[in-house]
Amino acid sequence: MNDLNRAFAEAFGLIGALDAKLVEIVTLSLEVSVAAVAFAAVAGFPLGAALAVGRFRGRGSIIVLLNALMGLPPVVVGLVVYLLLSRAGPLGEFGILFTPAAMVIAQAVLVTPIIAALSRQTIEDAWREYEEQLRSLGAKRLNAAFTLLWDTRFSLITVMLAGFGRAAAEVGAVMIVGGNIDGVTRVMTTAIALETSKGDLPLALGLGIILVGLVIMVNAAANLIREAALRRYG
Amino acid sequence: MLPLELRDVSFAINGRTLIDHVSVEIGAGPRTVILGPNGAGKSVLMRLCHGLLPASAGRIIWRGAGSADGSRQAMVFQRPVMLRRSALANVVYGLKLAGVSRAERELRAADVLDAVDLSAVSGRPARVLSGGEQQRLALARAWALNPEVLFLDEPTANLDPNATRDVESIINQICAGGTKIIMSTHNLGQARRLGDEILFLSHGRLVERSPVEQFFKQPASAEAAAFIRAELPWN
Ligand SMILES: Nc1ncnc2c1ncn2[C@@H]1O[C@H](COP(=O)(O)OP(=O)(O)OP(=O)(O)O)[C@@H](O)[C@H]1O
Ligand SMILES: [Mg+2]
Repeated sequence: MNDLNRAFAEAFGLIGALDAKLVEIVTLSLEVSVAAVAFAAVAGFPLGAALAVGRFRGRGSIIVLLNALMGLPPVVVGLVVYLLLSRAGPLGEFGILFTPAAMVIAQAVLVTPIIAALSRQTIEDAWREYEEQLRSLGAKRLNAAFTLLWDTRFSLITVMLAGFGRAAAEVGAVMIVGGNIDGVTRVMTTAIALETSKGDLPLALGLGIILVGLVIMVNAAANLIREAALRRYG
Repeated sequence: MLPLELRDVSFAINGRTLIDHVSVEIGAGPRTVILGPNGAGKSVLMRLCHGLLPASAGRIIWRGAGSADGSRQAMVFQRPVMLRRSALANVVYGLKLAGVSRAERELRAADVLDAVDLSAVSGRPARVLSGGEQQRLALARAWALNPEVLFLDEPTANLDPNATRDVESIINQICAGGTKIIMSTHNLGQARRLGDEILFLSHGRLVERSPVEQFFKQPASAEAAAFIRAELPWN
């Protein structure tokens, strides 16, 4: 009990003092996850819109697959990206294994199915409401897809933030492809895992508190945006 | 592109026949009002004509010259869907899809919003407008396209008498501009005010087609007579 109290006190001390090591780790975490979500959104939104509005063979199977991929285990993603980026792998010549770039790739792979699947659901619901109106106005499916992406923009922000939460919280993928190298590829989750095993509980706990706080803040922000948008745009 | 001919048109879904062997020719000129009890198939019939649903049997043909594909038509739905953008942008959106040049879109949209008395709220998000305003906006969005044929599905359902009068006056203006009106309504007074001819639909069948005065004075079918009696009193 005493240990725990001391750990908490020291953790808040580190946070309060903006401990340099802590700040570095948190910053890298944010950079990696934000970049990963940005790439995942660029790929996932069009994919989601196409699946929502399009009618083509294999659509149903792709949706089932995508929904399943939402639960993709991070370590498996890490392993596959590792194999691709390792020296002998097809993308080995880029030499980006154990760099933040590799972590961005791994998290983007992890998050893209989430963004695609959730945006597919959101856009398809909207399509049901809008379809006849849009077709009446002469919209082809491609027009409709863009229109719906824009009209569901506030819900899609929530989708993106869900993706961010997943990226920031996963540990398996970044551990494998980043290597948890101090000062280079060490992010919050991998640092927590390491420091806990080393017994540096205050740092681990401080990072844990920040991580949980971030996830809560991101979700609160998502809610605020949605509610403000609903009030403003109906 | 008028006249519009329906040749033995049927529409069935999940084994239920919603439109049952309807044959009719609708010409330019007289305003056509479709009457019938709830579930008679009025909305389905208009969606078939507008090209939103494929007929299960029979043919729907635009027989007239110009726009043989029937592209110069618009529809205002029973529940119009507004996009999450301003009232003006909703009208501009329709014009953009219709291929109107960027410079002209804004001008035409502003004009038509003025004509439906929505200039004051043109910058407001469309979805937070009142029911009456949204209905006028839906009319404006369709009107801006300057269609040859305009389908109106219960354009004043859920509107109060004032809003109803505004909408009717807009419909009259659209009609005066040479647009053929084909509309459904449950308001028999409105059918008399706005209609020239009545198509009476029941259980998906076209039971009767008469000039409006005759329809109300001397309906040719027992079903129409019973319908008029049941909907009375009206004014
Ligand atoms: N997509 C659909 N799938 C199955 N049934 C449908 C569909 N659209 C309409 N129907 C059915 O077709 C019948 C006719 O519907 P429609 O909306 O045309 O009636 P209506 O005459 O417009 O009625 P109201 O006056 O209530 O608007 C109804 O029984 C309705 O349930
Ligand atoms: Mg109807």
